[in-house]
Amino acid sequence: MRKGSECQCNLRQDDAIAGCGPRDPASRDDPPKRESPTAGTPTTMRATSIITLADRWDHFLARWGVNRMGHKVAPGLHVLGSPTPASPVFVTANYTLSFDALRSALAGMDAYLLVLDTHGINVWCAAGKGTFGTEELVRRVEATRLREVVSHRVLILPQLGAPGVAAHDVKKRTSFRVEYGPVRAGDLPEYLRLRQAGKEMRRVRFSLSDRLVLIPIELVHILPRMSPLVVLLFFFGGTLASAGALSVILAGTVLFPILLPWLPTHNFSTKGFVLGGLVALPFALAPLLRHGGSISWLQVGSALVYLLVIPPGVAYLGLNFTGATTFTSRTGVRREIFTYVPVMAWMGATGLGLTLLLTAMRWLGGA
Amino acid sequence: MLHAYLENTLRYDASLCIGCGLCSQVCPHGVFDQNGRVAFLVRRESCIECGACQRNCPTGAVQVDSGVGCASGMIRAALSRRNRVPRVAQAEPCCQAADR
Repeated sequence: MRKGSECQCNLRQDDAIAGCGPRDPASRDDPPKRESPTAGTPTTMRATSIITLADRWDHFLARWGVNRMGHKVAPGLHVLGSPTPASPVFVTANYTLSFDALRSALAGMDAYLLVLDTHGINVWCAAGKGTFGTEELVRRVEATRLREVVSHRVLILPQLGAPGVAAHDVKKRTSFRVEYGPVRAGDLPEYLRLRQAGKEMRRVRFSLSDRLVLIPIELVHILPRMSPLVVLLFFFGGTLASAGALSVILAGTVLFPILLPWLPTHNFSTKGFVLGGLVALPFALAPLLRHGGSISWLQVGSALVYLLVIPPGVAYLGLNFTGATTFTSRTGVRREIFTYVPVMAWMGATGLGLTLLLTAMRWLGGA
Repeated sequence: MLHAYLENTLRYDASLCIGCGLCSQVCPHGVFDQNGRVAFLVRRESCIECGACQRNCPTGAVQVDSGVGCASGMIRAALSRRNRVPRVAQAEPCCQAADR
């Protein structure tokens, strides 16, 4: 299932690794509240901080949406380095990108990684859906018999797990205190030095590189659905029409994420209209410029079609990018949908109607 | 021109606050701050309704109608509601590539 993490419990019985060693949990200074009646020692899995070439390949495939739900780590307790009962416990999701971000950030440290079963979904999205949540955390603490493994009662969670986890409930039900670490795993070393997160560490960002890595998944999502249209237009509408459709896709999935902060207005739909308008201009102007003085009604009509169809197309794809960003609220997105989707629909329908009208005129007039 | 993201469903009742500071800790957009005794709103309009503050407030001082601001998910949910298909927690494409 995963590289960098395999069960080692029975391989290293005499090792000093807590939970796998022969030590008796009852003999520790800090008595666990409940003794597990089940025999044997708690099961753990071994993890490393090294991101191998195979891991990077796995990340690449995940970014491109290959085997979408298959980038999983085994849920349970993973050990990093040679932790003692006093070593910290970090909680994460069983999505390889989440798990790998955590274990690579903890290079050189001895720690426990408690992996929750989020069905291969990242921490923030899983927290929003409740799978990275109080229930699963409590269940996982019990199942791994964490109380017998560590002497302290602190769990360090990623801050973005907070929408799904009620710290006070976890404390009540497991006696473990939840400590919210920084948003990004990369800030963990500094967080552990100060044992508190500065304001910067607590903020989500959406930098150019954050946006760039999302482009492949946007493309993979949109291209298969839209490419039949591009091909169809190529044969029945001409090269320019086909290029127009392709431009909508590329503008909506590649240019839009890149240009997001620099596109004017606050709403995603209007940003998309602006970008779509810019993209439509050359398509609208090209035939007019080429024919110079003698411009027919048909040419003006087809220019209008581009101006009517491309902007709402890009706007719709732009609106759909809201879910990938880190700063849109459901209330805001709902307002956008109710305000702008009708506008998009009307523009698109008018453009389509005009296309049919122009086609009919061309046939009838033989122009 | 409409700014769709200025309003949200975040409500905060300072009289219930016990000053634990969790809301300012968990908020990814710095909506809350602490003045030592209680929390107060400093950037209400930045709220994305993720629900982290509400979930971690032990006294119910913070209330928000939480959800994910994802247009494709919302449009799909609206379209599939008619078919009464119970949607399991499934990955939206937007959720898939994020490494948070």
